Amino acid sequence: MLERMKKEWFSNVRADILAGAVVALALIPEAIAFSIIAGVDPMVGLYASFIIAVTISFVGGRPGMISAATGAMALLMVPLVKEHGLDYLLAATILTGIIQILFGVFKIAKLMKFIPRAVMIGFVNSLAILVFMAQVPHILGESMVTYLFVLITLVIVYMLPRFVKTIPAPLIAIIALTAVTLYAGIDMKVVGDLGGITRSLPDFFIPNVPFNLEMLAIIFPYSIALAIVGLMESLLTASIVDDMTGTDSNKNKESKGQGMANIITGFFGGMAGCAMIGQSVINVKSGGRGRLSTFVAGLFLILLIIIFGNLVVQIPMPVLVGIMIMVCIGTFDWSSFTYLRKAPRTDAFVMLATVIIVVATHDLSKGVIAGVILSTIFFVAKIAKINITEKVINSNIHFDIEGQLFFASVEDFIDAFDFTVIEKNIVINFSESHIWDDSAVGAIDKVIMKYRENNNSVMIEGLDSTSKKLVEKLTIYPALTGSKTST
Amino acid sequence: MYEKLLLAVDGSENSLRAANEAVKIASLNHQCQIEIVYVVDYSKSKNDILHAQGKEELEFSRRKKLTPVEELFSSKNITYKVSILRGEPGPTIITYVNANGYDLVIIGSRGLNSLQEMVLGSVSHKIVKRVNCPVLIVK
Repeated sequence: MLERMKKEWFSNVRADILAGAVVALALIPEAIAFSIIAGVDPMVGLYASFIIAVTISFVGGRPGMISAATGAMALLMVPLVKEHGLDYLLAATILTGIIQILFGVFKIAKLMKFIPRAVMIGFVNSLAILVFMAQVPHILGESMVTYLFVLITLVIVYMLPRFVKTIPAPLIAIIALTAVTLYAGIDMKVVGDLGGITRSLPDFFIPNVPFNLEMLAIIFPYSIALAIVGLMESLLTASIVDDMTGTDSNKNKESKGQGMANIITGFFGGMAGCAMIGQSVINVKSGGRGRLSTFVAGLFLILLIIIFGNLVVQIPMPVLVGIMIMVCIGTFDWSSFTYLRKAPRTDAFVMLATVIIVVATHDLSKGVIAGVILSTIFFVAKIAKINITEKVINSNIHFDIEGQLFFASVEDFIDAFDFTVIEKNIVINFSESHIWDDSAVGAIDKVIMKYRENNNSVMIEGLDSTSKKLVEKLTIYPALTGSKTST
Repeated sequence: MYEKLLLAVDGSENSLRAANEAVKIASLNHQCQIEIVYVVDYSKSKNDILHAQGKEELEFSRRKKLTPVEELFSSKNITYKVSILRGEPGPTIITYVNANGYDLVIIGSRGLNSLQEMVLGSVSHKIVKRVNCPVLIVK
């Protein structure tokens, strides 16, 4: 136990501290931008990033993963904040945490692996599109200088890493362009116009909401959506970090950890968050492996805010927008275009449907749920295909059944038989099939009954042992599975 | 003669050509030990996870990229070892080579033009510059 703690915390101290610092620098602009998306003060996102990162460094299941305020979560909160205000958001954040802990305890988090990849791809794509769309109002219709600044920011963040590798390019863009704006006295919208920065540590307080069923009814749908989306992105990120580091992680522990982090952040005035793909990749690439890197990221972030808070409010909005456009480009799955052409039709359809539903409803959870339902239907339709071949051997009629026999395929099964024959020997072979439920047994019964009405004799063969058990248990014809059933 | 060889493979045509040259060199000396190295690229991890059905399928598909090379070696009865590393391909191979010491590193060249090289960066070029042993680039 102590040995493992030592390994998870202190086996990579130097690289963890450096990587954590790099991540903190990259986290600040995102935390501010996501607060603006959610419609709250920048401090709500910054406090959330600080508290979630520090909490998850202790209780998370995936060392080296970065969790903080995220775009996916921010997008889900927009209507709640607009209609009911910050206190309701904090209450919803706490409830989100409780739901996530329950998901972890009851191992529901494990079910997340059943989310098909088409839905996952649709999820990251629609996330990128929504975050991008949220940036447009900040620059559209503003001055020419605004457009120019966005462009310069993009040039810096994409070209500079070719030459300067140690300092993150977005930070250089922020410092350089904020300095230029201040020095030249350019009049432009800055972060401070959208909310203030408090240069202090967060306080503990209980959200000022009425504790009644009405309040719960308001926040519950948001909390459930936040809990699902948060876990989905966190577990996806955990798999990516697992893959990058070639190690395994505890997914149920991670769900419970995400829950605890959200509960604590809610009581300290932070918005709900989850794991971040982009930041976790930055962390691993910068050498971060242990829990220390996540801890340092959170701590360093709040220190920077306390020290440089009055400069942060001077960051021009176009620079922040430029950085967020880079984040969107990085989030979007560009191989989706190949995927659309090469994946099975139904998968491509599910992916597109997920994206379209999210973009139309501005709700990631709706797209995901619709995507999962669609793929389930497609899956059932696919395996419900049943193939029946008929051949005549020595004047006996043989049917070979191929495919899964269950509620969705019984209709095709029954339709395939011609019940007009009289006084024949009929053999139905199930060796390429499997019987799944009582509607399948009912269908077999029905087929036998119909044939017997015309004095045919029916024989069933080739049932595998589980199918046989089910048939014996449920059939209304005794000894149906015997060698020969005579009339 | 070369005894400890490292063959860097990425599953492409070029790395298969490099493997062919490695076979020629290895068959000169039956004491020769050859190590096939494949680097799981950090920047592809997100994409790979997103498009894979699960962990096992992903591992299998990566392993499958190495099968043509492995088949080549086993058909010539050359003993080999496979190592899968993680990181940025260039620097990861360089650190690995310099830490373990090889007589020769064999690598395929992607054959990029100068523009692509500026944008993507040439892995083989980086390796030539920074490893402490002879390098054979196969084009």
